[in-house]
Amino acid sequence: MNVMGRPTSRGRFGEFGGVYVPESLIAACSELEEAFESSWIDPEFRAEYYRILSNYAGRPTPLTFVKRLSEKLGVEIYLKREDLNHTGSHKINNVIGQALLTKRMGKKRIIAETGAGQHGVATATAAALFGLDATVFMGEVDVKRQELNVFRMKLLGTEVVPVSSGSKTLKDAINEAMRDWVANVQSTHYCIGSVMGPHPYPYMVREFQRIIGDEAQAQFDEEIGGDPDFVVACVGGGSNAAGTFAGFASKENTRLVGVEPSGGAAIGRGSPGIVHGMRTMLLQDEFGQVSEAQSVSAGLDYPGVGPEHSFLHSIGRSEYYQVDDDEVLEATMVLSQSEGIIPALEPAHAVAWVLREAGKIIPLGSKVVVTMSGRGDKDASVVAELLKDRLA
Amino acid sequence: MTLSLSSHLNPKKNQSKKILVPYITGGLGDNWLEVLEAVIAAGADAVEVGIPFSDPIMDGPVIQEASQKAIESGATPSSILGALAKQSFGAPLAVMTYFNIVHHAGLQRFAGWLDEAKVGGVVLPDLPIEEMGDWRTVAKSHKIETVQLVAPTTPDSRARMLCEEAEGFVYAVGTMGVTGVRSALSDSATLIGSRLAGFSDKPVLIGIGVSNAQQAQQAAKSADGVIVGSALVRRLLAGEGPDGAFKFVSELRHALDELSD
Repeated sequence: MNVMGRPTSRGRFGEFGGVYVPESLIAACSELEEAFESSWIDPEFRAEYYRILSNYAGRPTPLTFVKRLSEKLGVEIYLKREDLNHTGSHKINNVIGQALLTKRMGKKRIIAETGAGQHGVATATAAALFGLDATVFMGEVDVKRQELNVFRMKLLGTEVVPVSSGSKTLKDAINEAMRDWVANVQSTHYCIGSVMGPHPYPYMVREFQRIIGDEAQAQFDEEIGGDPDFVVACVGGGSNAAGTFAGFASKENTRLVGVEPSGGAAIGRGSPGIVHGMRTMLLQDEFGQVSEAQSVSAGLDYPGVGPEHSFLHSIGRSEYYQVDDDEVLEATMVLSQSEGIIPALEPAHAVAWVLREAGKIIPLGSKVVVTMSGRGDKDASVVAELLKDRLA
Repeated sequence: MTLSLSSHLNPKKNQSKKILVPYITGGLGDNWLEVLEAVIAAGADAVEVGIPFSDPIMDGPVIQEASQKAIESGATPSSILGALAKQSFGAPLAVMTYFNIVHHAGLQRFAGWLDEAKVGGVVLPDLPIEEMGDWRTVAKSHKIETVQLVAPTTPDSRARMLCEEAEGFVYAVGTMGVTGVRSALSDSATLIGSRLAGFSDKPVLIGIGVSNAQQAQQAAKSADGVIVGSALVRRLLAGEGPDGAFKFVSELRHALDELSD
């Protein structure tokens, strides 16, 4: 079969995916599916999407060979620089697409969940650009640890609603956004930030993010030639990974690697379950109550994962490994000091895995593409606290 | 013996008696079984018993809080259904929960628990008809009735199909929103009631946002009855216990009986 092609008509990737939403939302999911399907084959829609990504968001992003780190590790490392996008992460790729769809559907308001705040900031930015009202739901724990992004959203004119239920992180922000959507579905588009949720979101968001992988593949082919041996990206919900993998899924000799936080490893430590509109791998207890993830990175602090990742894992097309918080902090320091690139804590997971596995899982001499999904400014206060003794 | 929703509720519909189905959260407080008995004694025609889930996306703050409290005090699907299995009740029971609870237990195993608990119906708000195939096959083999929800945004053709597929009763979502107490009944509640009346030969009950006796009466004018959850659970969270539950459900009963006369 065509790996990373279309899901089935009801949004299935193998046994994962689907549309597990209340009846109140069924019509909205169908409306969105039709809007996306008709737009994505419309040359005018595509042209506008690419034009905004180019002259507003700053695409294409470069593929940067990191020489010093590569020499030290004995593998060639290329960073796909999504951190250089406007707003500082890959999230803008998806949000521009969904904001255009919101206009097409004639809706005036968008809502979003956010963990690290990157998707929230991207949504707030698009709302300002397109003149839409925006509300972003964010767990109270994340509001505290991602203060800078909360301020950016407010400055952009977006209402930020702190969520105090459950674990007060990303999972609960999604619950609250879904509840708002149920109440306001006729006027409001829910701009989900990752390859998760009910169909068509996992497929649609992957398509809006595939520009990462398509660009990286073309750049690699032109600048280096051939295919990389490894493509590595961090996975929470998994949108930057899905977008990256989409560009390389047909390259049989390229291994696709997703890196999960050890405290939120839905694929590594979960079992199939149903939450947030999808059937996917999920951290849950013996009764089916969803567990709370624990990660230094607010953006990966999520007990589920996009259903397509669960599928790619089940058929063995991509591999998933875990790194812990200490390895992530170490990787943040190493990349900053060897290359002058301060990564967000999320892509620092991908870097940490490469640091650990170079010469082990990754044979010496391998060519490795790593998606640098976002820049580290937003994490400065968290990292400063955790590294205060080492950077004194 | 399990009391089925349809065999108990259909005669009431046919006699034009308004149907009252209160909701309580299973495992909320040590006395939740006494609350259940009180609710039935006060005149409930059937009762929805919630099995709490960690991420209830169709529920507002009241039922979220009740769910969290019940889970924190150790309530599990098997503890709640196990407790029901030890008693008999004078009205049919339906379980209301989210599909992950059923999926994680295993469909056959969960249906077996319902059998033992003499629960005749289920309401699964995050399992739309398109995803329901496997569950319905299992449920039918256990003679468990699966209620269908119909929303204000459901188009007529689909609403007709859902009413056709519904077992036990049709759950007419009275307002666009999650469960919760509201100061006034939404216009959409009466609209959906009269819209579905033409599609369904099963009882059509309006739920979500029906918050007091007056609203129950207003909603029931356009339908066969009502489901009342948050307004009751809020009283339980405030510590009103079985007596408070009896008093509130009695008020609802009297208000509906005025329409039946």
